[in-house]
Amino acid sequence: MRIPCPICGARDRREFYYQGAAVALARPAPDAGEAAWDDYLHLRENSAGDLDELWSHDAGCGAWLRVTRNVSSHEVKAAVLARDAS
Amino acid sequence: MRFSGLKILTEGLTGNKGWGPHWRSPEPKPNYDIVLIGGGGHGLATAHYLASVHGITNVAVLERGYLGGGNVGRNTTIVRANYMLPGNSEFYSHSLKLWEGLEEDLNFNVMHSQRGIINLVHSDGQRDAFVRRGNTMRAQGDDAEMLTPGDLRKLLPMIDFDQTRVPIFGGLYHRRGGTARHDAVAWGFARSASNRGVDLIQQCEVTGIDVENGVVRGVQTTRGPIRAKKIGMVAAGRSSQVAAMAGLRLPIESHVLQAFVTEGLKPCLDHVVTYGMGHFYISQSDKGGLVFGGDLDMYASYASRGNLPLVEHVSEAAMTLMPVLGKARMLRSWGGVMDMSPDGSFIIDKTDIEGLFVNCGWCYGGFKATPASGHTFAHLLATGQPHETTVRHRLDRFRTGRGIMDEEATGSQHNLH
Repeated sequence: MRIPCPICGARDRREFYYQGAAVALARPAPDAGEAAWDDYLHLRENSAGDLDELWSHDAGCGAWLRVTRNVSSHEVKAAVLARDAS
Repeated sequence: MRFSGLKILTEGLTGNKGWGPHWRSPEPKPNYDIVLIGGGGHGLATAHYLASVHGITNVAVLERGYLGGGNVGRNTTIVRANYMLPGNSEFYSHSLKLWEGLEEDLNFNVMHSQRGIINLVHSDGQRDAFVRRGNTMRAQGDDAEMLTPGDLRKLLPMIDFDQTRVPIFGGLYHRRGGTARHDAVAWGFARSASNRGVDLIQQCEVTGIDVENGVVRGVQTTRGPIRAKKIGMVAAGRSSQVAAMAGLRLPIESHVLQAFVTEGLKPCLDHVVTYGMGHFYISQSDKGGLVFGGDLDMYASYASRGNLPLVEHVSEAAMTLMPVLGKARMLRSWGGVMDMSPDGSFIIDKTDIEGLFVNCGWCYGGFKATPASGHTFAHLLATGQPHETTVRHRLDRFRTGRGIMDEEATGSQHNLH
């Protein structure tokens, strides 16, 4: 599995740290309530198709990426800098 | 048909013509008291205990593929009760006791082999941790003892004790731990459930869960609608998709865990050995293959296969611990789909929908739990109350923060357990 880092180019999966589904980009407000925080921390769609994920290019530029990857075929479809992803 | 020494002798003398199928293949009925979604180890065990303990036999197990074709047929067969946290400790202790009587209970040889599990110690800190774990296991009523390097050299002659990188200082020995024949476990539970009247329906995919006014009514399947008073979701790695049909989101991420087996070799490893420094564990199957594995690939996956970096990592650990493994040829590797929960502990609970129950979150440790998972889930389905060993395994523990059993103390990170 190779991930196309927007800064470094396509690199081996071993250079990256996996954080999980990209829900972390939508952090709820501190007072958003129990349900919102449960949703953010624990609950997952966990579908078997394309998934937006957060990967950190630890052994490269160190950037956080939002990677779109098919979790049934492992095909990496896109990677953008997390700071540019909304 | 019951298995017995006499039956085997008679069949052996008469050309083995008297063996038949071990379970029926009925058409689905329009109505059941209980429908279980998932014909894997846990679903089949639940059906067995519903029938044998609670006398509930108007039950169907719906399986999309074939019985036991999921994780119960794809694991590394280890059975143990060496958990430490309250909740998990008593549950796995309960499970090991069920294992010890399972063959009598099922009249089926699941080849449960209490060959012992040895967790190797490589540092003072790890020894302290294992002494503590061993004490907790004994306090729970199970067995544990610490071994010295001298003891280990006698038990494990194939291990490299003189390695300089991670020297071996001792081990935690759990004698009642061991292995079982994974497929036979599924078959034994299936046969017993079917003989008691449970309908096992294969090639029957659930395509919808019918809920009316917050009460479950039945399921839609590829073989027509089936109504049910209660429904148990027991779909392991596919749990999220099943629950989504009822509009639920689960605290689960599915990850891939790889395992490997070598060609058949003469007996050379009598125990299950774990090598924490390399995230590696190994045992020898009764056919002679060395069965081993390591860590998760660490990303979400439904692919049932892993990637090469983990193969390399596991091979490195194997060669460090047992250099002799370099002489063996690897026959197969495969990946299982693991239902990872945020705290590394499972969920057996009712849901917010009346009559709908969930059994999931087994992370990579579901096989050893098979009997107790079935036993306690059957208890919940039959009585509406959790079994005493699963009162802590609530679905809402993540939302409330109450009673989280954080196995690896990593917080809410699904992939770090």
